[in-house]
Amino acid sequence: MPKFELNVDGKPHAIDADADMPLLYALRDDLGLKNPRFGCGLAQCGACTVLIDGEPQRSCSIPVESLKGKKIVTLAGIEKDGKPHKVQAAFIEEQVPQCGYCLNGWVMTSVALLEKNPRPNDAQIRDALSGLKCRCGTHVAILRAVKRAAMA
Amino acid sequence: MNIQTHRRGFIAATGSLIVSVALPGVVVSAQARAPAALDKRPALDPSKLASYLSVNADGTINVYLGKLDMGQGTDVGIAQMVAEELDVAVDQVHILQGDTNTSLNMGGATGSSGIWKGGAALRNAAAEARRILVEMASDKLAVPAEKLAVENGVVSVQGAAGTNVTYAQLIGGKWFDVPLEWNKQIGIMLGVKGEAKPKSPSQYKVVGKSIRRRDVADKVLGNMEYAVDVKPAGMLHGRVVLPPVAGATPVSVDDASIQAIPGARIVHQGDFLSVAAPREWDAIKARKALKVTWSDAKPALPGNAGVYDWIRKATPNKRSVEVDTGELDKAFADAAKIVEASYEWPFQSHASMGPGVAVVDYRPEEITTVWTPTQKPHFAREGVANILGLPIDKVHGLYVMGAGSYGRNDSGDAAMAAALMSKALGKPVRVQHMRDEGHAWDPKNPASVHVSRAAVDKDGNVTAWHFETKAFSRLDVDSNESQPAHTLPGQMTGAALKYTAAFGVPEESYGFAAKRKAWETVPPILERSSPLRSSHMRDPTGPQVHFASESFMDELAYATNTDPVAFRLKYLKDPRDHAVVKAASEKAGWTPRTGARKQKQGDIAVGQGIAFSQRAGTRVAVVSEVEVNTKTGKVWCKRFVCAHDCGQIINPGLLTMGIEGNMVQGASRAVWEETKFDDKMVTSVDWVTYPILDMKEAPASIEVVLIDHPEIEPTGAGEPSMRPVAAAVANAIFDATGVRLRQAPFTPERVKAGMA
Repeated sequence: MPKFELNVDGKPHAIDADADMPLLYALRDDLGLKNPRFGCGLAQCGACTVLIDGEPQRSCSIPVESLKGKKIVTLAGIEKDGKPHKVQAAFIEEQVPQCGYCLNGWVMTSVALLEKNPRPNDAQIRDALSGLKCRCGTHVAILRAVKRAAMA
Repeated sequence: MNIQTHRRGFIAATGSLIVSVALPGVVVSAQARAPAALDKRPALDPSKLASYLSVNADGTINVYLGKLDMGQGTDVGIAQMVAEELDVAVDQVHILQGDTNTSLNMGGATGSSGIWKGGAALRNAAAEARRILVEMASDKLAVPAEKLAVENGVVSVQGAAGTNVTYAQLIGGKWFDVPLEWNKQIGIMLGVKGEAKPKSPSQYKVVGKSIRRRDVADKVLGNMEYAVDVKPAGMLHGRVVLPPVAGATPVSVDDASIQAIPGARIVHQGDFLSVAAPREWDAIKARKALKVTWSDAKPALPGNAGVYDWIRKATPNKRSVEVDTGELDKAFADAAKIVEASYEWPFQSHASMGPGVAVVDYRPEEITTVWTPTQKPHFAREGVANILGLPIDKVHGLYVMGAGSYGRNDSGDAAMAAALMSKALGKPVRVQHMRDEGHAWDPKNPASVHVSRAAVDKDGNVTAWHFETKAFSRLDVDSNESQPAHTLPGQMTGAALKYTAAFGVPEESYGFAAKRKAWETVPPILERSSPLRSSHMRDPTGPQVHFASESFMDELAYATNTDPVAFRLKYLKDPRDHAVVKAASEKAGWTPRTGARKQKQGDIAVGQGIAFSQRAGTRVAVVSEVEVNTKTGKVWCKRFVCAHDCGQIINPGLLTMGIEGNMVQGASRAVWEETKFDDKMVTSVDWVTYPILDMKEAPASIEVVLIDHPEIEPTGAGEPSMRPVAAAVANAIFDATGVRLRQAPFTPERVKAGMA
């Protein structure tokens, strides 16, 4: 089985895996990380979202062989100086999640959005978050939280 | 009564049950972080106070909850009710839920009964605990009970602040030995009371406050343990292999087809087929690689487009007339005008964010454990015991946070599959469905056809209303997985089928002189192992029945030249129903009208609609504002105003957020959701083929008006506001476009077709 190197949350890891195994399984099974979660395996929902070189990506659909030299950041890696990221702080303040299974998608995509556009308007936020799924229907709370984070 | 003797009897002398069993490598979930209390425990008995709560050595309170919070704050509400009665701070109340070792079967999350039934039971239990604790303090301090006051768990002599004793000193670390009067019900209706009367609402300090949720930070920071994270040592990853055509069964399986996959195994029992491997990716590969010859099934499904005719033509297997008052036939015979319309609602999928998952560790000589995100873990435990042929006390059920649950989704089936596989393979097995299984094979909200007729006299008054439903039962399989017959793996291994014919009727207080409300159910299209088997989904039968009845009330209002709000206020008899209709329409800025206004700006038509419903004592009115793109047919539910009366409000902030969720999920179901299928199989298998509301279509605003009745016992709030959403949207689309949509969902194609 081939060996692959992965840089996750600032730490290097080496795993043995099939070249076509999606990153999600490397993160969950080999590295024992719990945050990216399986939702669809089809890049349709976002529950498995991580940042790859700063871009929100669906880890369920990215083969481990394509990640050499890339920086992977999971939900557990966005805290800064031991403090929650401002997007996390805002999601907590707004008490956004019900089940919370989908959160990786919304939080990580919002983190990436605010890096590029620190003061997005309502339409830009909706546009950036389009395609992510939340079945509990917390959409309006998510919008409140992202706006709060943008003001932080 | 010999109080002295009685008092000494308040504390249990011995016990035998271990409260929590720590398993290596498994963190049960956040709520288990409460201080581990009391190591020995008397057996769980519904008529004992100790089965519901205890005082820890540090004075904090443990509540053993057989209901379940799944992320809406029911646990917080219960903690508030208990804290209120016990006079302790709310953050001193730990809620331990979803563990069959520590809590009674109070039904789990079911029927919007968390506060309504569970809160009521715990409130009574806490009131009785306070009464006992004050008596114990009276004994200890040698002061009559009526001279004592309690604050933050400290019992003090009034006017002598220095003389006190704490709950912890009185009973901390020990179990109550105190009887309660139990109503002999197990599950959703379980109720208890003690000698103590709960407080009067005028004394409330904590009930009615917007206390914040306890699970949010763990979820947002990534510290929450979900069912998908449970990994007992030696666990295998399992995947079920389901047929490509509904009703097909595996005729032969080519073992060699997965030989190259490390550690891959096959479990094939009856028609139940599955694969397992030590690595998850290998299990997924094995599922794909496994060569199976399937039987040549020809289920001849009618297809989603043909399902309504199929229902109309089918021979009913049960008819139930739920309401029949007044002289209905005479009213229709004498009518100056008869208004009639029929409505159709599709199969819908729970489509939880993650497909069903469960872990089972089969240990016939010890205790078998099931970790499950099902909303009824006590029943899942029973189901696992039944399918494995184990006594129920040899199975331990543990709820672990899951990917959303709005009724009976596919997680119960995963638990039963994991049980069969763990027994066959001799190792703990984690089964997770794939996305297509979650969408195609979860139990469905049933498709239905509704016919509504009204008689109108010469003065334009409605004299009779006749509402008929013909539909698949809401319970092809039960709303829990306690019997193998109610699960896919059970049906695939031959369990005798157990079908229940059940539906529902509109809940309202329209004061028409004659009224008949009835339903008929038709048999399932496919009896065994059907991807279209029905079961409960958030507000079972509520959205479809009230889509029909409340769309019809709108049609009837216009047919009698009456404004839809004025119509409801004219006929609704209950003052609380009036109040929600008034509150919603006033907050929304309702504009009276007697026909569709068809207001338009460019291509965008805008409209407003109202709908109302009751649910088991709770009443809700929703005003929806929509924008309809007349070029594309796309509907945007731009604004919702929801007026909500569930009696006494425990936590207005969390109630409001729960209602927001229902407005969005309700809009999604109204506008987008339909399980599609052809003659062979369900074809809605992912988020592309089963679209739900996207962030771009999220409402611009949801305004919730809560009507509090502290003097009325709280009724349910989890589901009632789901109920009127679809009708409110349909009525708003009519106001915007003049198009009356009588079939859900209101997709762009259907809206465009209506406008053509």
